[in-house]
Amino acid sequence: MGKTSRFGTAQLLFVLSVGILVVIVAVPMLLIFFNAFWVSGHFNVADVIRVLRQSETYEALLNSLFLSSGVTITGTLVGTFFAWLVTRTDLPLKKTMKLLFLVPFMLPAFIGALAWKMLLSPRAGYINRLFMDVFGFSSPIFDIYTYAGIILVETMYLFPFVFIQVSGALERMDPTLEESARISGADLFTITRKITIPLVMPSILSGALLIMLYSMAHFGTVAVLGVETGIYNIPTLIYEKIHQSAGSFDSIRTATVLATVLVITAAFILWLQNRVLNQGRYQIIAGKSFRPSELKLRTWRIPMLVFCLLYIGLTIVLPTVTIFMVGGLKTYGLPFVSENMTWENYRYILFEWDLTRDAIWNSVSLGLSAALITMFAGVIISYVIVKMKVRGKGILEFLGMLPFSVPGSVIALGVILAWSGKYGVNLYNTVWIILVAYVARYMAFSLKANSAALEQVHDSLVEAARASGATMWQALKDVVIPLVRPGMMAAFFLIFLPALRELTVSVLLYGPTTRTIGVAIYTLNEDGETVYSAALAGIALVIIVTGEILIKRLVAGKNNA
Amino acid sequence: MADVRISEVSKRYAEKSVLESLSLEVRDGECFTLLGPSGCGKTVLLRLIAGFESPDSGTISIGGEPVADAATGQRLPPDQRGLGMVFQDYAVWPHMSVYENVAYPLKLAGSPALRERTMRAIGLVGLDKLEQRLPSQLSGGQQQRVALARALVSEPRLLLLDEPLNNLDANLREEMRFEIKALQRQLGVTILYITHDQEIALGISDRIAVMDERGHLRQIGAPDEVYEHPVDDFIFRFLGVANFLPVTREDGVLRIAGLPEPWRGPAPDKPGDALTVGFRPSDVTLAPEGTDSIGLPGVVRRASFLGAQMDYLIDVAGTQIRAALPSHECVARGLVFAEGDSCRVELANAHWFEGEITNKGIL
Repeated sequence: MGKTSRFGTAQLLFVLSVGILVVIVAVPMLLIFFNAFWVSGHFNVADVIRVLRQSETYEALLNSLFLSSGVTITGTLVGTFFAWLVTRTDLPLKKTMKLLFLVPFMLPAFIGALAWKMLLSPRAGYINRLFMDVFGFSSPIFDIYTYAGIILVETMYLFPFVFIQVSGALERMDPTLEESARISGADLFTITRKITIPLVMPSILSGALLIMLYSMAHFGTVAVLGVETGIYNIPTLIYEKIHQSAGSFDSIRTATVLATVLVITAAFILWLQNRVLNQGRYQIIAGKSFRPSELKLRTWRIPMLVFCLLYIGLTIVLPTVTIFMVGGLKTYGLPFVSENMTWENYRYILFEWDLTRDAIWNSVSLGLSAALITMFAGVIISYVIVKMKVRGKGILEFLGMLPFSVPGSVIALGVILAWSGKYGVNLYNTVWIILVAYVARYMAFSLKANSAALEQVHDSLVEAARASGATMWQALKDVVIPLVRPGMMAAFFLIFLPALRELTVSVLLYGPTTRTIGVAIYTLNEDGETVYSAALAGIALVIIVTGEILIKRLVAGKNNA
Repeated sequence: MADVRISEVSKRYAEKSVLESLSLEVRDGECFTLLGPSGCGKTVLLRLIAGFESPDSGTISIGGEPVADAATGQRLPPDQRGLGMVFQDYAVWPHMSVYENVAYPLKLAGSPALRERTMRAIGLVGLDKLEQRLPSQLSGGQQQRVALARALVSEPRLLLLDEPLNNLDANLREEMRFEIKALQRQLGVTILYITHDQEIALGISDRIAVMDERGHLRQIGAPDEVYEHPVDDFIFRFLGVANFLPVTREDGVLRIAGLPEPWRGPAPDKPGDALTVGFRPSDVTLAPEGTDSIGLPGVVRRASFLGAQMDYLIDVAGTQIRAALPSHECVARGLVFAEGDSCRVELANAHWFEGEITNKGIL
């Protein structure tokens, strides 16, 4: 009988998993903390406090807090209201409306911000000009370059986080809970206040925290709408520090301190969310779908439908149309009449201009390779975490949790610190540095999708293969991989689609020839090439929406087969 | 075909010792059942034999070939042990058809006549014509047969069965039990069967080993031997509903506490003066009060008509015992009691244990 070595396949996979996570996530993170707290050879907290007390730093911190709190409140109200409307009332066209409310998820927020800038910037915005030039208003009706403007725009694109969670919870909630309150003599208002809202509160809170987490770390909207009037949040200030100061040590330090604050806040929000979710959410809400009782809207049915359609028209249709229209203008600022419109911009961007053609190519190839690499790495790591009994798995579980709480700009900063030649490898200004950052950023998605799929694969299925004479590798190939393939596919698309429109990470890492679509749209806009920026954004929207639809088809087809 | 030798095997998980210096021998070609309560470590033992776990100490050999030796750290991986195994949850691969599931072990081994042998195994478990189905299109019983066919197809020297009949309904369970037994006779394979269901164990086995909660083997023997001659009250209790009555012996006279007159019951075959008599509900015979019965006086506390039999709960000197009598006999002999009726209790068969044992959970 053969002596099986102590260093078998299990240990190999374990070491590989730890290695991937350490190199991709842990080292960049440690370098950020190290740079933040280690000043000229000393551990120095006093200096961190000095950095935090600089006016631009703490203003950015306060702005991040204020903006994300504002977006969280408005987004939660909007999301909860629409969720209730499409699940618990007799609103006409409920199913269609439910799908429409998910569309904002597809649209990148910074493209939305761009559109709103074109519509509501105080001097040039089309809506403001309409009111001033045509209706004779003396001043703009709304200035988008304000806190309120930023909060409004982010709310439009982030409310689905709450909408999805709450409508799901309302659909799954056992209607007998409400009916028994009814029988006990409570009126509808009391039931809503005392039964329904407390029961869906965990879902509301967990969605709200997701909005907060996302908004806190969000670069695009603030970069497009805030920077012009000096409103910076943490990610935009990190960008400013890295980009404008040509990599001086001081600006990198400020960036690392900001990043540290961001990581700690994000970790705290995630911890809070975990606690909220663990507080008995599934004890009351059953897994199966019941038919919930519906509130009769009566005379409000049509007005409510009109309201929903108006909301969707205003937040989805209007900005999208604006992007395409501006993209077709001969010069930005001209009125939308046919002699001012041209297809030339789109043709130029797609077929002639190297900058934009590179950007599209970069985004597509980066998205594909990041999705592929992360998908496979995610399967291996999830497998070790979920299925294997190896010593030291605790370390891996901890490392696997890290990507969930690291915001994009932090990852980008860490990658700059790690891969700029200081430690032997210089990837700066190449696509590779963006790829490394994407893998780190999207690892969380892959781990989530793959471990969910792996939990479904019962251990005995693998053991049955081993007992049938399969080696560990054969069991993986013949049993595990085929069964987690849907999870892998999900991971692939969960990474590929967001990567296509990514801005926060790539804007910190791009070089002369390595712009992504997001970066190209953003920099063209910064350089005043508004028309080209809009045209490229339009093309990006077409690619993204086509991709989403193709994938829905593909997944639906798979499920039917 | 092969015998299995387990010697001095121990297994711990963290602080909890599951198996302690356990030795066991399964003979070539027999159907051997490991019977024990849930969580007693019988599945661990099976997994040690299969190679999914390694022992902390001791050795295991299959067919004379050592497969695990804790002292040298040598271990043969599961895929090289030449086993067939049926799991509690069947573990039929959901993405493969019945045919693909059953053919898989042969495919791995690169066996000739793959199709022929696969179809023969499928036929053996009565699944002909269903070979193209996916597991999701099969009933639980059919999936269980797929698992059995897959375990048998490569004609393993040893078949390990981990409570494979647990999730089946009563009729199917009985049917599969007969089929497994028939297959074993037909193929001559050694079977190690683990279960906590004493009925299956008694029905299917050539020999039974009974394990207690702490993972100790209490008794090994043929089913009738273990049933009729339990070495202690644990075995007696585990193999069916058990009644116990404490009995004292004073100068050769048997007495039951709380009763003035001595008991003229069956003679004890155990020494000592503090004894317990154990008996099954079916060992009890009853007589109406007032006849010249020599039985113990009892009061019926609960009477249930269960169709083929009458089930009585009877208070004898403060101890509650269960009695089961054929219904037709009760009717013919005037033994249909109501709650509160007095009666006389006699034992047709008794097992004696030393010391005092209390009734637990027989209500």
